[in-house]
Amino acid sequence: MSQTITEKILARAAGQNSVKPGENIWVNTDILLTHDICGPGTIEVFKREFGINAKVWDPEKVIIIPDHYIYTKDEKAQRNINSLRKFVKEQGLKYYYDPGTPTYKGVCHVALPQEGHVRPGEVIFGTDSHTCTHGALGAFATGIGNTDAGFVMGTGKLLIKVPPTLRFNLNGKLPAYVTGKDIILRIIGDIGVDGANYCAMEFRGTAIEQLNIEERMTICNMAIEAGGKNGIIEPDDKTLDYIRARTKKSFEVVKSDPNAKISKDFNYDVSSFVPCVAQPHLPSNYAPAKDKGNVKLDSAYIGSCTGGKITDFIMAAKIIKGHKVRINTYLVPATEKVAEGLATEMIDGKSLASIFEEAGCLEIAQPSCAACLGGPIDTFGRTSGKEIVISTTNRNFVGRMGSKDAPIYLASPLTVAASAIEGKITDPRKFM
Amino acid sequence: MGNDNSIIIGKVYILDDNIDTDLIIPAEYLNLVPTIPDEYRKLGSYALSGLPNNYARFIKDWQVTSEYSVIVAGKNFGCGSSREHAVTALAAAGIKAVVAESYARIFFRNAVATGELYPMESEKTLRNAFKLGTQIEVNTNKGTITDIASQKVFKLKPLGAVGPVVAAGGIFGYARATGMISKKK
Repeated sequence: MSQTITEKILARAAGQNSVKPGENIWVNTDILLTHDICGPGTIEVFKREFGINAKVWDPEKVIIIPDHYIYTKDEKAQRNINSLRKFVKEQGLKYYYDPGTPTYKGVCHVALPQEGHVRPGEVIFGTDSHTCTHGALGAFATGIGNTDAGFVMGTGKLLIKVPPTLRFNLNGKLPAYVTGKDIILRIIGDIGVDGANYCAMEFRGTAIEQLNIEERMTICNMAIEAGGKNGIIEPDDKTLDYIRARTKKSFEVVKSDPNAKISKDFNYDVSSFVPCVAQPHLPSNYAPAKDKGNVKLDSAYIGSCTGGKITDFIMAAKIIKGHKVRINTYLVPATEKVAEGLATEMIDGKSLASIFEEAGCLEIAQPSCAACLGGPIDTFGRTSGKEIVISTTNRNFVGRMGSKDAPIYLASPLTVAASAIEGKITDPRKFM
Repeated sequence: MGNDNSIIIGKVYILDDNIDTDLIIPAEYLNLVPTIPDEYRKLGSYALSGLPNNYARFIKDWQVTSEYSVIVAGKNFGCGSSREHAVTALAAAGIKAVVAESYARIFFRNAVATGELYPMESEKTLRNAFKLGTQIEVNTNKGTITDIASQKVFKLKPLGAVGPVVAAGGIFGYARATGMISKKK
C-alpha cells in the first residue's frame, strides 16, 4: 500500500506494515522532550501513576532542555529547574542541559537538532506545541500535554490518531527577499489558523529544496499555527549532511511513496511570494509588508525557536548593516551556539554582534525563550504597555508577549530588520 | 469522569472563535505546576485572565473559582500552546464541560487525556443560542445541551473514538482497562 512519509514513520513505530488516516495506534517513542515549564508537572504525573520509585522507560530517550524561564528571579521558576535537576540525577538521564553551567543550551527546539537528537524517520513527542519543528529533518514530531508525556515517560508508548496529509507543493525560483517565514505566513493566511487541524502538513517542491535546514525548521515550526499535528519535509542531501555532522547514531531515511494518498494538495509558485506580516491577533492575518507602511512601531524583536537561529540573525544583519535602528531592537539568540555565532559570523569583515551594536540595537540577551511568550514580569523584552511590536516569533495572540494592550506583527528577520531601521513596517526590498 | 458526572447543570459563559491558550492561561502563570494542589487552585483563579477587558469577568474579584460551569464557544477552541495548564485552569475554576464548534487538537487531547473536563462539540454554533449566565444542562451521555428555562434542546456530537478513553477517566485509566499498562498498586 502506498503511504505518505508521516504514515510510514507511524506504521514503523506501531510495528505495522501500514496505517491509514483516522486509525488509532499505539506508537513507540524515540525521543521524549521536555523543559522547565512542563517538565515538573510531567514528572509528577509519572510518579503519581507509576509510583515514586518508578524508572523512566529509557534514560537515554528522555531529553530535558530547560529554556523558558531561565533568566528570572521568579522563585517558582527556579524551584522548577531544581526539581528537574533532582529528577535527572535520580533517574540517571543522559541528556540534560543545565542552566548556569557550560552544558546549558537554550531554546529546546533549536538545541535538540543542534545536539544531534533529531534523526529522520523517528518519532518525537515533546511537551511543547512547537515540537513540530523537528519534522524539518524528516522525523514525526508533535506536541503533547503533561499527562500524555507522563504516560510516555513510563511506557515509551502513546496512543495517537494517524493524521491525514495536506501536501504543500512549493515550486518556482525563490526570490532572495522571500524567507521560510514568508512562505509559512502566506500558507497560514490562506488556510487559516485551523486549516490543518489534526493534519500532517507535508512541504515539498523545488522551493523547499532551495532552503537551508534552519529555514525549513522555521516553516515546520509554525505548522501548529495552522492547527497541524506535524509539519514534515522529506530528507535530502542537505538534511543528511546536517544530521551526519551532529550524530553518529544510525537512522532510516523515510520518504513518501509516489502514489501515496493525499487528503489535499496545495500548489504554489513561490516566485510570486512577497515579504509579509501577520497582523494582530492571529498568525493567519496575512498582509504584504509593503501595504502596511503606515503602521508605526515601538519595538522590534528577533528571537525564539522559529526566529532566533543563526541564519535569522545573518539575514537581519545583512539588512541592518550600515544603518541605525529607530526603535528598541531586542536580540535574543536561541541557543549558546547561536550566541557564539553572533561573535564569529562575519559580513564584510564585521561580526554580526558588532553590526547590531553599531546600528544601535539593544545589548544581545542571553539565550532563552525570553519574551516570545511573555513570561515572568522581569523577562527580557517583555511588553508592559501599549507598545506596537514587530517580531520574528510565532504567535501574535492578545497578550502573547506580556501586555494585553501591545499588538504584535509577525514577520521574517529581513522584514523585522528593515522595519527596525524605518520605525514602521517596511518591505525589506528597500534595503536589498 | 464517570457516568455519574454525565449531567452538568449550571451557568454558561460565552466565548468567540479561536480562543487561544494565552487567553485561557497567560504564560506568566506557567511557573505554577498543575499537580501541586495549591498551585492547581491558583491556576484556576487565573483562568481566562488573558481575555481583553471588554469581556464579562469570568472570575469575580476576591473569588478563586468561577460562577460558570460550562463554556460555549465557537471554532478552534484552545488553539496555540500544548500547555495542559489551559485545561487544568478551566477545570480548577469550576468548568465541567466546554461546548465548542471545534477544538484545536492539543487542547482536545489534553481534556481527554486528563479527564479534567468534557470537550463536547456542537453541531452548529451555539454562541447566540444562550445569553451569558443562562442556566443550562449538558448531558454528556445523550449528547445534548438544554436551556433550562425554555427547555429548548440542542444536539451535540458524540465523542466518537475518544469516548472509551473519556469513559475510563483519561489515558491512564484507558491503558489500564485495556491491559496496556498494569493496574495501579
